[in-house]
Amino acid sequence: MNSVIKGASYVLVHTPDMVLYNGTTQTTERIVNPDSEYLKEVPNHLRSYEDVVAYWPNQTYIGNVHPDQLAEVEFPWYDKKMEGADRYGKYGEIMPEEEFLFLVQASDMFEVVKLEKGFVEKYKDQFAKNPIITEDIVALTEDGVELSEIEALINDDHAEPLYFENQLVGCVKPAHDIDVNLSAHVMHENLMSKASSVLALLYGVRNAGIDKADVEYVIDCAEEACGDMNQRGGGNFAKAAAEVAGLVSASGSDARGFCAAPTHALIEAAALVKSGAYKTVAVTAGGCTAKLGMNGKDHIKKGLPILEDCLGGFCVIISENDGVSPEIDLGMLGRHSVGTGSAPQNVIGSLVADPLDKVGMKITDIDKFSPEMQNPDITKPAGAGDVPLANYKMIAALAVKRGELDRKELANFTKEHGLTGWAPTQGHIPSGVPYVGFAAEDIKEGKIKNAMIIGKGSLFLGRMTNLFDGVSFVIHGNTAAEEEAAAGVSEEEVKGLIAKAMKDFAATLMAE
Amino acid sequence: MDLENQKRVKEFAEEYGAENLVVVLGAAEGEAAGLAAETVTLGDPTFAGPLTGVQLGLAVYHVCEPEIKEEFDPEVYDEQVGMMEMVLDIDDICDEMNAIREQL
Repeated sequence: MNSVIKGASYVLVHTPDMVLYNGTTQTTERIVNPDSEYLKEVPNHLRSYEDVVAYWPNQTYIGNVHPDQLAEVEFPWYDKKMEGADRYGKYGEIMPEEEFLFLVQASDMFEVVKLEKGFVEKYKDQFAKNPIITEDIVALTEDGVELSEIEALINDDHAEPLYFENQLVGCVKPAHDIDVNLSAHVMHENLMSKASSVLALLYGVRNAGIDKADVEYVIDCAEEACGDMNQRGGGNFAKAAAEVAGLVSASGSDARGFCAAPTHALIEAAALVKSGAYKTVAVTAGGCTAKLGMNGKDHIKKGLPILEDCLGGFCVIISENDGVSPEIDLGMLGRHSVGTGSAPQNVIGSLVADPLDKVGMKITDIDKFSPEMQNPDITKPAGAGDVPLANYKMIAALAVKRGELDRKELANFTKEHGLTGWAPTQGHIPSGVPYVGFAAEDIKEGKIKNAMIIGKGSLFLGRMTNLFDGVSFVIHGNTAAEEEAAAGVSEEEVKGLIAKAMKDFAATLMAE
Repeated sequence: MDLENQKRVKEFAEEYGAENLVVVLGAAEGEAAGLAAETVTLGDPTFAGPLTGVQLGLAVYHVCEPEIKEEFDPEVYDEQVGMMEMVLDIDDICDEMNAIREQL
């Protein structure tokens, strides 16, 4: 029997100070053009925490707003606020920066994260009060240190500064004197990814309604690499985050594949569970500081706030078939192979049409497609267009070419089978997975019967290959009852058929 | 345009001569196509890459423009570009490309 989606979580962390100090658009500008007007403008274009919480796409990401509801909100969204927006949602939360820095310290096992005394006094209780943060996690934080100690670590030891409201409140020390892979910069980047993954895991377990000890394996599918100079990508973020989240029964490993990694990881998790290797697997990813403010120049040029001010994270819990939850169908996987070619036609064909051909389905038989779900509010002003819509147009065009859709229906198809994008442009975060939580619910509620999750990855960015990559899978309703019934009925049917055949035979004999 | 790609275009122009190069773009948006075209003709408008202030003046077309389309075997074109042709706003792309070329 297929594995099921037991639960999903989606979290955001508002990190405005890291936009300026850790996003590569800004750090590159500081090297190339240190006195630039752009860098001076950045602080004036950062959003407040309240604005980030009231932002419609963010409310969609954490589950308070359904994508269909978001599609009804007039575009653009950056200048509109959702009334009564809550930092907590059914899938997760939007954590403020001051609380997150404590989670980062709790996630640090080598005492490289130092927080200033006054900051700790002021905000530690706020962190501890968060219902998802358990006492064992709070116990992992340290006492605060003097500001002078932090300043000395930054000036003499190349520590990476930590800011809150543009004030120095801490630092991340290097974990080695000369190893660049353990430098303060790398430790900072990795700890932010790890801590946001911890948050996603905590909500993932809660949302799945399981015990922490039920998770037997964790797969991390973010885009960072941890290791030392002898094994740059040694790993293992998955087990490291599981430790902080208290998943005591879990081992784990990291899956990498740029933006395609979450979809790869979900297929791997579903296969591990279906094979019987593990009963429950968590697929998790934290966010990426480097991508903060990635399109900041375009946003500022067009008078927008910097919309890439949050780290994203997600977790999907895959478990044995429970007879209720939606299934990941391993019988119809799409994959872009080495020989597929890179023309968009080949790419979409391999990911969308080929898996459907395997089971005799048409493109129009899939109710919803979830490809690259980037928020168009972010990408359109940056000249990258509406990314999900571009994907839907390609899928529709392929359906037209295959004779499965009338050309006149092209625009309708993008509405009926598509979704409006809402995910932050954090690479792997918007790729296919943002809809998994909603898809599972929509299927359970009978709103849709199936959904295709598509992950695509730009492998050429790593300069190891010019190839593109991608995989896809289909989620549909639970078939356990049907499978069991089919197995039962067929035996009786066979018996019935034999009895009928014997009677008919006897009747023919008697007639003769 | 990606900084590494700018570097490669610049190197090709030095190696083969600007007059012997044609840049063929595949961008999905008119604006993105226009930016890339501007970069390889008038210089990098974002002042970030190796083509900042370098006016290569290269011949540049989008793969969906008629001048390039007629160079292809129609069957190959349909197989490789046909689907995208249905999806892209070709008029917008052509307008952007022509606007850049007119500045040369």
